[in-house]
Formats: sequence, structure tokens, C-alpha cells
Amino acid sequence: MEGLEGLAFFVLAAMAVYGALNVVLRRNPVACALFLVTTFVALAGLFVLLGSGFLAAIQVLVYAGAIMVLFLFVIMLLNLEKDLFKGISPLRFISGLLAVILGASLVWGLVQPALPPPAEKAMAAEGVDVGQILFERYLFPFEAVSFLLLAAMIGVIVIAKRRAPVTEVKR
Amino acid sequence: MTSWYLALGAILFALGVLGFAVRRNSLIMFMSVELMLNAVNLTIVALAHQNGALAQGVVLALFVIAVAAAEVAVGLAIIIALYRLRETVDADEVRTLRG
Repeated sequence: MEGLEGLAFFVLAAMAVYGALNVVLRRNPVACALFLVTTFVALAGLFVLLGSGFLAAIQVLVYAGAIMVLFLFVIMLLNLEKDLFKGISPLRFISGLLAVILGASLVWGLVQPALPPPAEKAMAAEGVDVGQILFERYLFPFEAVSFLLLAAMIGVIVIAKRRAPVTEVKR
Repeated sequence: MTSWYLALGAILFALGVLGFAVRRNSLIMFMSVELMLNAVNLTIVALAHQNGALAQGVVLALFVIAVAAAEVAVGLAIIIALYRLRETVDADEVRTLRG
């Protein structure tokens, strides 16, 4: 890992892990949401380091922008108070322990195998490639995703709509 | 170098699982799911970068982001409907089906 790139990686990785830890540990949902934005921005920086400025822009626009604003809207709409700490039940303790074990084994399993040497074409121009692959090879999945988003939009309206009281139907 | 990215992805994924398992606030459980999706995205892009097929990985990550957006919208709508019904978003309080 060369000097400056390595430094940037570790700074961004520390930011991402710090944000994620705070999401898991904070009591106040608004603080959780804001720390999640920190993590998303750090991940966008990591995408830039990997050579994909396009995905970084999408990450900031869609995740840090749209999705987190939606989260904050809902948190403030629901008028929640802070979570009270009601003690850790044994079941929850066990599942937390299992999550930690899962993390350790994932890190171990992913870092152990020797990766093949990186391919030469790694730094190829990205924008043109993404457009071509997206609109030629994956054209059908692309259209399917647009349909999925439409279906989700209609579904959300139906689910979140306030039902009219039954008494109003008497006419 | 790629191993570091994979390790970071694994750590973030595990933190997401931890949050989903330990928290009771369903909004924060949702945020943990987002964390897991992002960890997977990072892993996909890092491996694509390693294999010299960055654009393919980016396209796959784009699809993941689009589906995540749809999932968040539907999930938050369900949480709002739940709050209207029960005045709570605590996952432990919603146990009608548990008998």
C-alpha cells in the first residue's frame, strides 16, 4: 500500500467504522441517522480510492442525500423519545455475541486466502464502460429496476395512506 | 490492498448484524440493514477492482443501491403504519403473532 493512498484508506476506514459503531450504540435515533451519513460519506471516499468516482457520486446523492433525508423525515414525524436502556436480555446478549463471532470469522475468512495479482486493466476509463454495460448487457434488469421503483412508490402510498374513517361512507 | 477493503467490508457488515440483533428500535434496525447493504457494496467494488472489471462491479452496486432505495421507502411506510396503529416503533412491543 503506497503512502498517501494507504493513509487516505485508513482515515476513511476509521471514519466508516466510527460512524457504524455510533449507529449501533447511540440512544438518540437522530444521532444514529447522522452518524450513518458519516459512514456513507466515508464509503463514497473509498469508492473514489477504488477508482469509481461515479459510484461515489451516486452514493452521496442517493444514500447520504435521499435515503437519509427520508429517514430523518420519518424520525421527526414519529416524535420518538430516546431509547431507554432496559437491560440486556439473555437472548439479545447471545445474538450480539453471535454477531461478533460472525464478524471475526468473516474477517478471518476473507483475509486468509491469497488473492491473485491485480489485473492490469484495473484503472481503465470507468464512465464509458459503466454506461455501455448498463444499457447494453443489463438493459433488461435496468428496466426491471425502474418497474420495481414504480411498484415500491405505489405500495408506499397505499401502505402509508391514512384510511378514511368507516363512518364517512354512509352516503 | 484489496484484503484491507474486504476486512473493512466484513467489519461493517458485522456491525450491521450486531445492530440488527441488539437494538429494539425498528428505525435503527433498519439503519443497520442499510449498513449491511453498504458493506456488501464495498466488497463487490473492491473485488471488481481487483479483477480488473471495475465497471461490472459498479453496475452491480448500482442495482443494489436502487433496490435498497425501494426497500427503504416500503420499510419506512410500514413503520409509519405501525406507529399509527400502536404508537410505538419498539420491535419487542409488536408481538401479536408470537402468541
